[in-house]
Amino acid sequence: MTEASEKTPSTGSAARGGTTAATPAGGLSKAGIAGFLARQGILVAFVLFMIGFTLANERFISPDNVLGVIRSSAILGVMALGVTFVVISGNLDLSVGSMMSFSTIVVLDLHDQIGPGLAIPAMFALTLCLGAFNGFLVGYLKLNSLIVTLGMLSAIHGLTLTWSGGKNMDIADKAGTWFSVFGQERVLGIPMPILIFLLLASLLGIMLAKTPFGRKVYAVGGNGTAATFSGIRRARTVFTCYLISAFCVATAGLLQASRSLGSQNTVGQGMELEVLAAVILGGASLLGGSGTIFKTVIGVLILGFIQNGLLLVGLQFYVQYVVTWVIIILAVWLDIAAKRGRLLSPIA
Amino acid sequence: MKPGSLSTFLRTGAIWAFVLLELAFFGIVGDMVSTSNTPFLAPDNLLLTLKQAAPIGIIAMGMTLIMINGNIDLSVGATFALAAVVLLDSMSWPFMAAMGDWAIPLAWFFALAVGALLGAINGLIVWKTGVDAFIVTLGSMLGYRGLVFMYNGEQPTSNLNWTLVDFAEAQFLGLHTPTWFLLAVTLFMWFLSTKTVHGRNAYAIGNNREAAVNAGIRVGPHMLINFVIIGFLAALSAVVFYSESGSVNPNDGQLYELWVITAVVLGGTKLAGGSGNVISTLGGVIAIQVLRKGLGHMGAATETVNLVIGLILIAVLFLDRQLNVKGREALKT
Repeated sequence: MTEASEKTPSTGSAARGGTTAATPAGGLSKAGIAGFLARQGILVAFVLFMIGFTLANERFISPDNVLGVIRSSAILGVMALGVTFVVISGNLDLSVGSMMSFSTIVVLDLHDQIGPGLAIPAMFALTLCLGAFNGFLVGYLKLNSLIVTLGMLSAIHGLTLTWSGGKNMDIADKAGTWFSVFGQERVLGIPMPILIFLLLASLLGIMLAKTPFGRKVYAVGGNGTAATFSGIRRARTVFTCYLISAFCVATAGLLQASRSLGSQNTVGQGMELEVLAAVILGGASLLGGSGTIFKTVIGVLILGFIQNGLLLVGLQFYVQYVVTWVIIILAVWLDIAAKRGRLLSPIA
Repeated sequence: MKPGSLSTFLRTGAIWAFVLLELAFFGIVGDMVSTSNTPFLAPDNLLLTLKQAAPIGIIAMGMTLIMINGNIDLSVGATFALAAVVLLDSMSWPFMAAMGDWAIPLAWFFALAVGALLGAINGLIVWKTGVDAFIVTLGSMLGYRGLVFMYNGEQPTSNLNWTLVDFAEAQFLGLHTPTWFLLAVTLFMWFLSTKTVHGRNAYAIGNNREAAVNAGIRVGPHMLINFVIIGFLAALSAVVFYSESGSVNPNDGQLYELWVITAVVLGGTKLAGGSGNVISTLGGVIAIQVLRKGLGHMGAATETVNLVIGLILIAVLFLDRQLNVKGREALKT
């Protein structure tokens, strides 16, 4: 590695000549700024966005709007919490989107058959089974997580459609059920989805940062071989991460179902990549070993506030896709640039 | 025989054996269960299967090269949609409409150029920033989809040109036009990946990037070329498909990246790079389409297909790993 990286700068400047001649002097200060931006970049960007949108439209910062944004980001946020664990352990979970449709459809269907009190634990149990299957394949059988969860994305989607028969799922008696409490109630003026999101974020944040299990997750993702040699059971740790992910997905499904009391089969479709985008935006590396729950929450909020801010200044919702694209690339690029000390990659 | 070539043959042959198995199964069991009068193995049905495999198949050829090179491209579905929008919309531009049918090649050119350009953007970002291709193309998957929506809002873009439809529905020597495109692309990519310096370097880079760098291979340009190729092929797939259908929704092509990757992995290409070949990918593409068609023939609901393909993908991954581990253990003893 060192040999390659020592070699390439010289060939690079020789090939590109004049353009790179200025980089040694300019490169250092650039790296300094990039270094600062990478350490606190995500927060800086967040603050800048908030100020910019507030200047453009003062309604943006009103408590109602802020609560509204966090509330509508809560479902994505809850899923992102679980995926953070999986990503830090060095794996991917692309099945969370279709798993979320599964849990939403299942809890809505069971609601009318066995009542909400039993439907919720039953749905959690079934979703955890799917998570356990993921965890077994990736953790114990050591299969590639991208392909396993890609296969599960397709398989669970099929399972959901088979369960529902392809029809939309609706609760018959929408007014008379207490099931709507998770998605629609407010406690002390704060919507329940926000409270659940924050509660889960604090619990999982403490778990990841302060417990032995959390340190094992970082160790397994940072250097799996070293972790194994120091007596950490890699397979069990990865397995648990997938269980946590499935638990978060089940919670998200509960919020979704409770909020709308009815759902299409396609409800979570495509969310796996949005979730991943939020986690990456928060600074978790896909190689594993880095990232925190707090940063993921910031990543989720940034996505939510950008979407809302663009709408408030009068742009169409799809402009956010393009903005998100630019932000993700910039965030990851600056992070890498700070670590290597130069802006452009040394790839010849 | 070189060591390892037998297992290589087994692995490349396995997907075709699987296709034959599927054909036998659906030809015998499927026909017993099916309510339709036409047998599954009727030539027309098989030709139609090949035609329907073309849109995914054409993109899968590019994905194979990308994955051999050690990268991945999640933005192909969005590129597919944007190229389709450009193809259909450009034909209604005033100066194009005035050209009559001569607008067709120009519209094709615009769509293909857009595809190549989007691929080049991905490739340049991967090369110059050093950000992992997975993240870059995850971002552009969102970004390009946003461009599709910005182009024409949430409305479908339609332009039915009968000359184009006739061309796309034509059958030459029995095979449909899309099938010919699929075969031509396969042949070209086979040539590119096995007979050219670029192809050899793509394998070398995917197999061991540091060694490739030390051997003086310029990694960046090769990656850029591969991304241009897959962008071009995603657009070509759109051109072939939408010439016939004449209408594109802004959400079209969603999840294509996942289908394409599934086909490529079924064909035995490794995500880690350095191995794989386009002929096996063709097998993977056909296997998926036969499965879809066959399950439909048996009257199974479409949702079963998702379930079965997902589980097969995992099973293939597992078997492949088991075979490789066995092979390595056999070498040790």
